Order: sequence, then C-alpha cells, then structure tokens
Amino acid sequence: MIPELGHFALILAFFVSLVQGVLPLVGAHKNRADWVAVARPATAASFLLVGVSFACLTWAFYVNDFSVEYVAGHSNTQLPTMYRLSAVWGGHEGSLLLWVFMLVGWAAAVAAFSRQLPAAMVARVLGVLGLVTVGLMAFVLLTSNPFDRLMSPPAEGRSLNPLLQDPGLIYHPPLLYMGYVGMAVAYAFAMAALLAGQLDAAWARWSRPWTTVAWVFLTLGIALGSWWAYYELGWGGWWFWDPVENASFMPWLVCTALIHSLAVTEKRGSFKNWTVLLAIAAFSLSLLGTFLVRSGVLTSVHAFATDPKRGLFILILLAVVVGASLLLFAARAPKVSPGGRFELISRETFLLVNNVLLVVACGAVLLGTLYPLIVDAFGGGKISVGPPYFNAVFIPIMLPLLVLVALGPVARWKQADLPAMLKKLWPAAVAAVAAGIVLPMLAGEWHAYVALALALVGWMSAALVLQTIDRLKAGSPTASWWGMQIAHFGLAVMVVGIAMVSTYQEERDVRMEPGETVSVGGYTFKFLGVKESRGPNYTADVGTFELSQDGKLMRLLHPEKRAYDTSQMPMTEAAIDAGFTRDVYVSLAEPLSPDVENGPWAVRVYFKPFVDWIWGGSLLMALGGLLAAADRRYRIRAKSSAAVAANAAGAAA
Amino acid sequence: MKPRHKRIALITGGLATVGIAAALVLNALNSNIAFFVTPTEIAEGKAPQGQIFRIGGIVKEGSIRRDNLTVHFAITDTAKEVPVTYTGILPDLFQEGKGAVAQGRINPDGTFTATEVLAKHDENYMPPEAQHAVDQAQKAQKTIKQ
Repeated sequence: MIPELGHFALILAFFVSLVQGVLPLVGAHKNRADWVAVARPATAASFLLVGVSFACLTWAFYVNDFSVEYVAGHSNTQLPTMYRLSAVWGGHEGSLLLWVFMLVGWAAAVAAFSRQLPAAMVARVLGVLGLVTVGLMAFVLLTSNPFDRLMSPPAEGRSLNPLLQDPGLIYHPPLLYMGYVGMAVAYAFAMAALLAGQLDAAWARWSRPWTTVAWVFLTLGIALGSWWAYYELGWGGWWFWDPVENASFMPWLVCTALIHSLAVTEKRGSFKNWTVLLAIAAFSLSLLGTFLVRSGVLTSVHAFATDPKRGLFILILLAVVVGASLLLFAARAPKVSPGGRFELISRETFLLVNNVLLVVACGAVLLGTLYPLIVDAFGGGKISVGPPYFNAVFIPIMLPLLVLVALGPVARWKQADLPAMLKKLWPAAVAAVAAGIVLPMLAGEWHAYVALALALVGWMSAALVLQTIDRLKAGSPTASWWGMQIAHFGLAVMVVGIAMVSTYQEERDVRMEPGETVSVGGYTFKFLGVKESRGPNYTADVGTFELSQDGKLMRLLHPEKRAYDTSQMPMTEAAIDAGFTRDVYVSLAEPLSPDVENGPWAVRVYFKPFVDWIWGGSLLMALGGLLAAADRRYRIRAKSSAAVAANAAGAAA
Repeated sequence: MKPRHKRIALITGGLATVGIAAALVLNALNSNIAFFVTPTEIAEGKAPQGQIFRIGGIVKEGSIRRDNLTVHFAITDTAKEVPVTYTGILPDLFQEGKGAVAQGRINPDGTFTATEVLAKHDENYMPPEAQHAVDQAQKAQKTIKQ
C-alpha cells in the first residue's frame, strides 16, 4: 500500500503543480487577487505531497520492500541502514524524485521567505516554478516511476552499486541537486520580471540572495563530488573533465557570471538584458546536464545503464524551456530601459570582462563536451576529447580573470581612476613578483607554471589585504562585502592547491612484497602484508603500511580491497594521510600472485602537495556566498519598502 | 571619451577575447582528439599510425596475462581481436568478458600499447564505444551470411 500511496501523492502533486503553474500567472496578468493568492497554498501543498511521496519511497527502502522494482534493483537486506536510506537516490528514478523534491522545496522556501515582495511578483515566480515542476514531474511519472511494482518480488534485492556505498553519496547528490535546481529559482525570477515587464534594480535585489544561495549549493556539491572521486574512486585525481563533471561545472560558470552581473543590475541598473539571458542560460545548462547524465549519449565515468526514451524527454523539455524563454525575451527585451552609463574604466567594465571570460570559458567547455556528439551526428566517426583540450583552453581564459579579481573591487562604479588604483595596488604587484620568484623555490623546483600561478595568488591576496585595510578605515563593512572578500580569497587558496598538486605531485605504481618499501615525496611506505577481514556486507583484504618520514614512524595506513557479497565488482578503498600542506595516499590494486600466501601486490602510492587547498578554497567560496546572501540589506530594505507600502495604504485609507 | 569610442572599444575587446578563445579551442581540439577505431577496422589496416586513438570491445575470455605490473590482454569485437599491453593499475571493473575502452597507440607489429584503460561506475554498464564495435562486427557478419 505504501508505494501506491507514494505514487498517488506524486500524481496529486502533479495536478497541484499544474494549478500552481497556471492560475497565479494568469491571475497576475489579469490583476485577479484571488487567483494570485492561490500561489502560496498551492506551492505548500505540492511540497507536502512530494514530501509524502519521497517519504513513502524511503519507507519502502527502510522495510526492504523488494516488490518495488526500484528498491529491488538498488537495495539489499545486508546493506547497512544508512546506505539503505541514501540508496533512495542511488539510481535514476530515485534521484529524479529527489530533483523534484528539491524543486518544490525551493519553491516552498521562496513562498515562505518572500513575504515582503509584491504579491504579483511572488505569484509569477511561483507560477514559473510550478510549470517547471510540471515538466519534471511528467518526466518522472511517464518515464521513470520509482514506485513500479514487480509481479513476482525477489526474496533479496540486487543491492546498491558498491561505489555508492560511501558517506560521500549521502551528501554529494543532494547538495549538487540543490544547486542544479536552484538555477530554476534564478530562472523563475528572471522570467517573472520579463512577464511583468519589470526588469529593474528591485528585481535584481530580490533575485540576488536566492541566486547566491543556489550558487553556494552548486559550489559545495561540485567540491564534494571532486573530493569523493579523489578518495573513493581510488584514482587520486580531483578533476577529470568528464562530461558529467562538465555538466555541473557549466551551470556553475554561468551562475558565477550571473552573480556578478546581478550586482551591476542591482547597484547601477545596467546589464539587465544580459542578466536575464544568463539566468536562462544557467537553468538551460542544468537541464542539459541532466540530459547528458541521464541519456548516456556520452562516454563518461558516471555513465550508468540508460534508456534513450528518457534522454529524448529531457531534450524536448530543454527545447521547450529554451524556446519559450527566448521568445518571451525577444518580445520584452526591446522595451527594457537602458541602465546607468559608465566609462570605459569603471567597475562595470571590470564586471563585464569577468562575465565575458566566464561565459567564453563555459562555451569552450560546452564545445569540448558536445564535440564528440556533433562529429558523430555529421558522420565524422566516433571521437573523444581528452582532458588536455580542456586544460589548454580553460586555463588561459581563466588567467586574466585572476588578475582582474584584484582590480574589480577597487574600481569605482561609473568612472574609476586607473592611476589611483594602480597607486593603491603597487605593493600587491611587488608581492606578486616576490611570490612568483621565491615560493616555487621553497617548494623545491622552480617551474614557470607554478611561478605564474603563485604570482597571481600573491597579487590577489595582497590586494585583498590592502582593500581590507582601506575599507576598515572607512568604517565597518557589510556582510556582503566580507562575503565577496572571503570568496575571492577562496579562489586564491584554490589556485594554490591546483598549481601545487598538478606540478609537484608524485605517483608510483609498484609491485610490493611484504617487507618492501617505496618512497614518494620524502615519505616512505613499508608494506607489512594483507589480512582478510569481514565487513557488514563485504569481505576485504586489508593491507597494512607503515608510513614514515626521515626514518621516523608516523602512523599505520590501511587501504582495503573489498569484494561485496552481491556484486562481482571489487572495490578499492584508498588510505589517505591528510595534512595541511600535503596528502599521502596509498591504495591496493590487486594481488599479483593470488595463489601464494603473503604474495606480492600491485600498489599505488601518491604524494599530493596542497591538494586539500582545492576543497578548502571551495569551502571558503561557499562561506563567502552564504555571508553575502545573509546581508541585512536584503531584509532591511525590504522591511522599509513594506513600511512604505503600509504608510501608503494608511494614507489611502 | 565619447560614447561611440567607448562602444567601439568594448566591442573590439569582446571580439578579441572571443577570437583568442576560438584560436585556443581550434588549436587544442586539433591536437587532443582521439578517434575511435574498432578491432575490425584495425584488422583492415584503417588504424591511424603514430597517433593516439581509442579501441573498444570485449576483453576476450582467458586472454588476461600478467607480468608484474604489465598486463597483456585482447580486445575483441567478436569478429577480430587486437592484442593490448598496459603497464600500471587497471580500474576495478576491468574483467574478462566485459566491455572495455583503451586509449593508446598501435605498434608496427600490430599490438596496441594502451596508456589509459577507461573505468566505469557500474558493472552492468557497457561503454557505448565498446557496444558500437560489437554491433558493427555483428552487422558485418550478417551481411556476409546473406
């Protein structure tokens, strides 16, 4: 009964969302307050219904109801409870239900936390979100119903893919989806403004905190995915330019551009059309990402067995979204008033360049990701585009951005004084040169690439310090200003990590007999042997390694090779000794003479300097975003405008 | 500066950025594309010489032979097969009888030296390129029978 209840709740939610998508939009257009008033209750109802549906699926996993096909395919009685619950989003159907749940969750949050916005605006935003929800729910109900029953339920489920039996899976997909789906909110605000013909600074101010929070989730989701790949896949890499990674990275790049362009729209009233286009692009890219992941058209490490029908559905949805939004844009854009003027040297220009660079970078990533599809479609044969392409294109486009990050915040709006800015920033330039020359030498060998990266880091960090001193003299800065500084500092920290690890990392694949040693980066691993041990639903070969530096024993490391009971697939669990300036990493590959007791193993050891700075930098960026979104002005001004409205109402009475 | 000059400067700047990016893209695409070749095509001598490319198919049953860290195996599309050598650590999902995609170069003696063997997340998943190779070979066999 419970799964049917879940299915029924989802069908009900579909119709409620249809109401949420139609009535408020029509009501806002025709000025009918009663229809506009439907938006909030409909959103809440849809949220509750999808919540019930999601809870039903979770329950089916909790009680091991293998008569549900999706549960039978992704769970197992031996699976620890924690993973049985996270297995809800371990497959296609469940992860889409999570997508929809997040979407109605965002809508409910907008409904709850936008009391100060005009009712018609909220109605339009919720209406657009309702229409998006309808599209995705139709997708779930028609092609990927997680509640489908099996005629003859198996006694035992097929279990969850062992790779996904990891704490990373509990957080990574929900965070990433929160970000993906959050793009829908930025999109809904842009559409609502277009529909109302009210593209102004007020709209940008309403949209900004939501866009920033969505960006924070996307940042955390991508960073967590990268960290998960690093330790769980046992490859030791942190970014592979895999199509699925790119699918999440492209909306991130565009959303980063959007955040900056929204700042201009709010403060100066410029870039309005451009901001709207970015919001459309960010959401379209997150739909495209879903299509790429779910259709299996690209060879990817993330590719799971897929169904072409599903890909087609998302492609149609994407076409409808892009087509409808651009039509609306074409109809309304000519009426948009031009924003404030600005001189060639001004903060506007710096932010414009930021936007151009981020969008061009996104275009290059998009081209590289889709190129194999394009070539194949035109009969050019099957090809693949490798990571060197992305590095060769992406890095040169990003370098100017790192230079500008220091200049933009110093520049004044409208008209900036370049000589005065340079006068203020010359110590940063000195710091940059010093950092470029000295720091790589401290790291061991001087490389031009690291020197350039560290010079840029020196430039960015010194400029940040100078600005902060300057700003503190002028009085205490706002939360959003601190947010910007912290996020930009996070970028600098991340660049350190990327430059150091990609230049100075050491990797060795070796054959080791018990008692043998191997060294990387000044650390020595001594292989003591492998013992069998039993986990809840797997058997593991647990290796023991002594990690030492300069002859001093530091600790024991225990990498594992697991064989899950329900799967033929072995799993590598790396052992990592993490540190502030470096990680050392060891993983067991395979026994080279499986028949011999205490025989040799193929072992992979890594030395990864500063690799944790990459994720540390991402965390700082996310923290900066949170601070910026929490700025009081988004609430205070809203209150004062509410007060104005109340006064006006009082005066009228 | 006059507004017209300003606009010209901004547009020139934008075009220059896009132009540089396009040049980077074309240059990088040229040198970083790996073509995909099936074992049958290699047998027909259609493999690009001295260039990195990808092959895909099934890892032939009983073909894996280890020599310390060097692994020898054969990739087949059910019609033809290619002997492959790879030095290093293979992904967990690399198994006999399963699909695999390898990237590397062909040697004059007809063996393939892989620099990379692709990993998958899911044991029931068949790489599209491997599937394509097998489909092609089976289509060809059907045509011959008819």
